[in-house]
Amino acid sequence: MPVERSEAPACAADRCDDAADGVGRREFLTALGLGVAAILAGCTPEAREEFLRRRFRELTPAEVDERIAEVKREVARRFGREATVGAAPALADTSFAYGLDLSRCIGCRRCVYACVQENNQSRDPQIQWIRVLEMDKDRGIDFEAANAYYDHAEVPDPDHFYVPVACQQCRKPPCTRVCPVGATWQEPDGIVVIDYDWCIGCRCCMSACPYGARHFNWGEPKLPADELNPDIHVLGNRPRPRGVPEKCTFCIQRARAGRYPACVEICPVGARKFGNLLDPESEISRILREKRVFVLKAELETEPRFYYFYGV
Amino acid sequence: MGIVEFVSTVARFWLRGNWAYWIWIVVLVALIGWGGLAYVDQFRDGLIVTNMRDQVSWAFYIGNFTFLVGVAAAAVVLVIPAYVYAWKPIKEVAILGEILAISAIVMCLLFIAVDMGRPDRFWHIIPGIGHLNFPSSILGWDMLVLNLYLLLNVTIVGHLLYCGVQGRHYNQRLVVPLVLFSIPAAVGIHTVTAFIYAGVPARPFWNSAILAPRFLCSAFCSGPAIMLILFQILQRTTKIAIRDAAIWKIAELMAYAMFLNLFLLGAELFKEYYSATEHLVHMQYLFSGIDGHRALVPYAWAFVLCGMGAFLLFLFPATRKNVVTLNLGCLMVYSSVYLEKGMGLVIPGFTPDTLGEIYEYTPTIHELRIGAGIFAIGFLVFTLLCKVAIPIMTGEFAAARPAPVRT
Repeated sequence: MPVERSEAPACAADRCDDAADGVGRREFLTALGLGVAAILAGCTPEAREEFLRRRFRELTPAEVDERIAEVKREVARRFGREATVGAAPALADTSFAYGLDLSRCIGCRRCVYACVQENNQSRDPQIQWIRVLEMDKDRGIDFEAANAYYDHAEVPDPDHFYVPVACQQCRKPPCTRVCPVGATWQEPDGIVVIDYDWCIGCRCCMSACPYGARHFNWGEPKLPADELNPDIHVLGNRPRPRGVPEKCTFCIQRARAGRYPACVEICPVGARKFGNLLDPESEISRILREKRVFVLKAELETEPRFYYFYGV
Repeated sequence: MGIVEFVSTVARFWLRGNWAYWIWIVVLVALIGWGGLAYVDQFRDGLIVTNMRDQVSWAFYIGNFTFLVGVAAAAVVLVIPAYVYAWKPIKEVAILGEILAISAIVMCLLFIAVDMGRPDRFWHIIPGIGHLNFPSSILGWDMLVLNLYLLLNVTIVGHLLYCGVQGRHYNQRLVVPLVLFSIPAAVGIHTVTAFIYAGVPARPFWNSAILAPRFLCSAFCSGPAIMLILFQILQRTTKIAIRDAAIWKIAELMAYAMFLNLFLLGAELFKEYYSATEHLVHMQYLFSGIDGHRALVPYAWAFVLCGMGAFLLFLFPATRKNVVTLNLGCLMVYSSVYLEKGMGLVIPGFTPDTLGEIYEYTPTIHELRIGAGIFAIGFLVFTLLCKVAIPIMTGEFAAARPAPVRT
């Protein structure tokens, strides 16, 4: 029996008496548990609530309502504004798809900024979900020769054409496959979403995405309160926390309410089309029937829902 | 003996050392503090204190992680030649390999932790309380195998030390199977880590069938390079009987591993440059730069030249038996593999990015400080474990035990 421990306090020596078999370990684990509990108790209720949030996909309908209320409170706290928060599920018999007419696009980037306004992206650091690539007419679509930072006095530039790229909403998304915690998935209507409360920020999805569609909150996202769009979907345009990625959701808050995404609405030349593939009368179904379409990086077999075509 | 007393006995042993030991410890603790303060900034402001951005979304941290998985794997794999060549101090080799593996895995896990955007949510990956996307996420697999490997090595080393401190003989029926199992497990961790990259079709630079073999070959160089330097220190400062012939044999095996490593790199280079498809651009960025973007070019040529130099030094018996050229070779191997994994693997995979943009990444001072802090933690773990393990192995521990236990 160990007894001589001059520098140890008396209570520790008491414990040593029955420490013959693993009591030390049990005490250690208890202390660890109490430590975590103490840290949680010391947090603000909001921080505690946020830390203990569960994966969105596992929530019951009642818990989803609770989460909606939480997000509403969060927005009120952060922006001092009342928001309409929802978590509308996928509509029945809906399979969304998008068409982009390359012969119409003039590269004006109105879609980029309409998207930023609609989806509450951080203004500083600036995050944009749509990248408009300027390509040389004599090279065709060649990403290595593309330029996203073109700055002409007037668009379209006569020697170039424009290819806007955002999330391609793949039917076989490489990003959801690699996520170690199941924080991103494809919804039944085809939209790939991110659970901002569950993501650990490892960025596997960003290395897996062949389209550069995912954008990370490297710093604290900043959005002036008067620029907040208060029409919010929990899996879409709700203000994001730092340390997680975000991406286009076909404006899930609009699409599931039967509206066009903001980029479709703003496009001054009608290059952007959106609709339900399961409705044979929809514009997108007609485009697939009547035009010759293609997808980006078809060789990767990601099967995008985002189709490019030449309308004229 | 309870856990508490075991820890206090070991802790008292750590407090005894000469001035060189204390300088070393003070330097490590200072580096840990320096890196820790940088991490405080990162924790407060986010990963924006790094130079990673959407285009290059993994960089210095993940490169270091990858390098250290190789070190962790190879340290233990060194047991194979020790067995094959019936090398006498096999037990010492094995336990030192396990200790190096523990230190390297601790560094790996720390590099992953500092790379996470939301380190507060680490528990989300733990099956049971969180949700592990198994089996489809390779990072999920990697977390499983790395933690299993850490547990395996901690069990072996912990058992050996626990028995050693008490002066008991360790349980051979527990230790030997575990040591043998740790060899395939070592190959496993590095293979799974390679698959994180090789399984990404969006990044053609990584999407290669020979990536995992290349990882293993380079690890077979870098792990032993550290061990060889360590063995020479032990040879001079302890009673552990490490024969020169054994060291030379390892150097020779490293020459073969380095040859294979360079050969596989050559195979990649041939395929990319001769077929000259759109995939070539990443290799060009690494070795010659694109449009004046040349940030990685010095690192690329440094790792190729160091690798070739070390191969030649270890190939010829005269130079691998010479103490100066032997250690020079070890340093060159270490530099070569560190530069290749740290700078030459992750970053060119992201440059140009998937939409053709070139973002030139170089680490910020915050990243370097955090990296230095993590390496210091690894060295500290290694030092403290060796401080107890080596006297136990030489049998000095029983005599030098600081506080004899009365019963």
